Amino acid sequence: MPSFPGDVWRRRTPAKSLAVWACWLAAVLLIVQCWTILNENTIWEFVYDAPAQAGDLLGRMFPPRWSVLPSLWQPIWDTINMATLGTLLGILIGVPVAFLAARNTTPSVAVARPLALMAIVSSRSINALIWALLLVTVLGPGVLAGIIAIGLRSIGFVGKLLYEAIEEVDAKQVEAIEATGASGAQRLIFAIVPQIMPAFAGIAVYRWDINIRESAVLGLVGAGGIGLQLNASVSRLAWPEVTVIFAAILVTVFASEWVSAQVRKRII
Amino acid sequence: MLSIAGLTKRYSGKHAAQSEPALSGVDLIVPKGQLMALIGPSGAGKSTLIRCVNRLVEPTMGRIVLDGQEVTGTGRTVLRHARRRMGMIFQEYALIERLTVMENVLSGRLGYVGFFASWSRRFPRADIAEAFRLLDRVGLKGMEDKRADELSGGQRQRVGICRALIQNPALLLVDEPTASLDPKTSRQIMRLLVELCAERDLAAIVNIHDVALAQMFVPRIVGLRAGRVVFDGPPDALTPETLTSIYGEEDWSATIRPVEDDADE
Amino acid sequence: MSETWSPPPAIRNPWLRYGLYLGAAVYLSLALGTLHLNWARLAEGLDRGWAFVSAFGHPDISKHWREIWEGFVESLTMTVVATALGILISLPVGLGAARNLAPMPLYLLCRGIVAISRTFPEIIVAILFVKMFGFGPLAGVATLAFATIGFMAKLLAEDIEDIDPRQVEAIRATGAGPFQVLNYAVQPQVMARFIGLSVYRLDINFRESAVIGIVGAGGIGATLNTSFERYEFDTAAAILLTIIGIVMATEYFSSVVRERLR
Repeated sequence: MPSFPGDVWRRRTPAKSLAVWACWLAAVLLIVQCWTILNENTIWEFVYDAPAQAGDLLGRMFPPRWSVLPSLWQPIWDTINMATLGTLLGILIGVPVAFLAARNTTPSVAVARPLALMAIVSSRSINALIWALLLVTVLGPGVLAGIIAIGLRSIGFVGKLLYEAIEEVDAKQVEAIEATGASGAQRLIFAIVPQIMPAFAGIAVYRWDINIRESAVLGLVGAGGIGLQLNASVSRLAWPEVTVIFAAILVTVFASEWVSAQVRKRII
Repeated sequence: MLSIAGLTKRYSGKHAAQSEPALSGVDLIVPKGQLMALIGPSGAGKSTLIRCVNRLVEPTMGRIVLDGQEVTGTGRTVLRHARRRMGMIFQEYALIERLTVMENVLSGRLGYVGFFASWSRRFPRADIAEAFRLLDRVGLKGMEDKRADELSGGQRQRVGICRALIQNPALLLVDEPTASLDPKTSRQIMRLLVELCAERDLAAIVNIHDVALAQMFVPRIVGLRAGRVVFDGPPDALTPETLTSIYGEEDWSATIRPVEDDADE
Repeated sequence: MSETWSPPPAIRNPWLRYGLYLGAAVYLSLALGTLHLNWARLAEGLDRGWAFVSAFGHPDISKHWREIWEGFVESLTMTVVATALGILISLPVGLGAARNLAPMPLYLLCRGIVAISRTFPEIIVAILFVKMFGFGPLAGVATLAFATIGFMAKLLAEDIEDIDPRQVEAIRATGAGPFQVLNYAVQPQVMARFIGLSVYRLDINFRESAVIGIVGAGGIGATLNTSFERYEFDTAAAILLTIIGIVMATEYFSSVVRERLR
């Protein structure tokens, strides 16, 4: 029983409390509903079997068949090439798109900006594997499909992060260059490019690192690289080879992570 | 000579129609070679005024003419040519932090060189020679390949001054040149500005918060309040009454320099 | 006084500079050399490429309406369940992986979990889970939840390591127990960003759910794969456009949520 009129304290007003609870309830209901749907589509007998399957799988994967290692050098080289050339392609297209999308550099807010943003979101929505799937049907299997798939996916990534960096440049420096009587293009190269250079380098290296991971699996849909070997071994159920391929992918991924960390440290 | 007539600026925005304009009907003449200080409280329109002169802020109404050349109502190319004749110096220096001192100074020539020359940093020999001369003059000899973000505040402002002067301007627009500097450096920078204007017979409009500093160095002071000129005269004419009319009620006795005091310290 | 000047190069050591230029040129020519372009196949592909591009002009969602509908429902349910499950597990893992909260052995264990989860691409994890759980959405849920744990736990741990230690000290000084410290000093500092990241991860999981179906882990990916194999580009275009639409919707939703939380 409160003895002073003001001494009841609540963290939230009753209405706000109710709203918070309603949100939680809705979330829980949604998850339960989704789980029910999932439950119907799952054959639980297979799931009960999972631990045994996992044990069986591990048993088959060891010992690894290291003799396949020499045949992996070429696919690893292809994987790195797909990532690097794909990143270059993504940068080549993504940079202009970023300048079109940034509010402070776009030539037209009404036309160019929405188009550029549309291109960015489309590229970001579609995973590189899906791009590869599509390009393999169009261009045939091979490294080229992989490069273009990686490039298409990278446009959105580079474009989005770079246009955000462009919008965050120091407006005073831009103003100072404008005050000297510089043209629009000069303003771009003198006031904006130097400011976004570190961000750009960071983005490029970061995306390259991600692209190494992605290009390692593109072969699963036929786009070249080490994923091709992985797919072949998995479909032949040659699990001892799969282990070696996993190890090769892991080493490549770690190496690329190390390289990109080193480069980023140098830049900053 | 710079002449400003009926300059009005109303910022667009939600309540633009009802709100007071940032500048209303400002008339000013700044003769060749004259150093003029613009004082007034925050929000009086000082910054808007000098940005209207080179149209970094587009004026709503009014006419600005520099040495017979129209600045208002012109197209982009003419505007760029007009801007070349006006050097601007900023409060927080506004150097391109990641470029070298030399590139920052040479950026003052952007209005004169073409795109590819500026892209490849191939500026005319005369510009480079002038840049070296200016750096030497402001005491930054040998610093040309340092990056701007390695410099101290006073050094950066000196680079900012070089960037403005290499434009070969007729007028300097100076926005709070000392607000980010300590008192000693502030005085050095103000003295440098005064000397350089005298050497080159430059007119200048200097926005400044520090009334005492303005009185110490500048022969003409204009007071701005709520977008209108409320005082225009020599530093000695500033009295507690005039300061009250500019800034509002306050005890001004400690602010105003006694007339017999020497500007030299 | 010197009358000439040129900008100092980004790499001061000329040997290193030209070495890098040379290295880049050699690499590029080698990499481009291994492309093995098959021009005849490419020319043939052009027609198909054009067929695909023009399919975006007339996407057809009705021909395989049932499959598409079921695929998207499955993808979305997988996304929701996997995100919820992954976040739930990532909470303790993230707390354990924060150096300023956890004792050393727990820290190493949780960092190990994060590292394993982050190293393998989702699609490889999906292959393994499909082998374990059989074909179907459950393998997909397991894959996405597994990836979510590493992602969320790492970012949560980094946020916790960046919190203001004075606030923790102040709450500790009141005599609060460890859970009270978490609730009063840590949670308020990391909660807003954590919710923002959760919504972001929801978005990522949806995009990934469209992929792992290719290896049999449920969702729209299987339908998409089939439509490509049958060269039914109009159906594929409809699916891709729907994915883009849903991603845009979740991005809008997440920006609204983050705006609210600020």
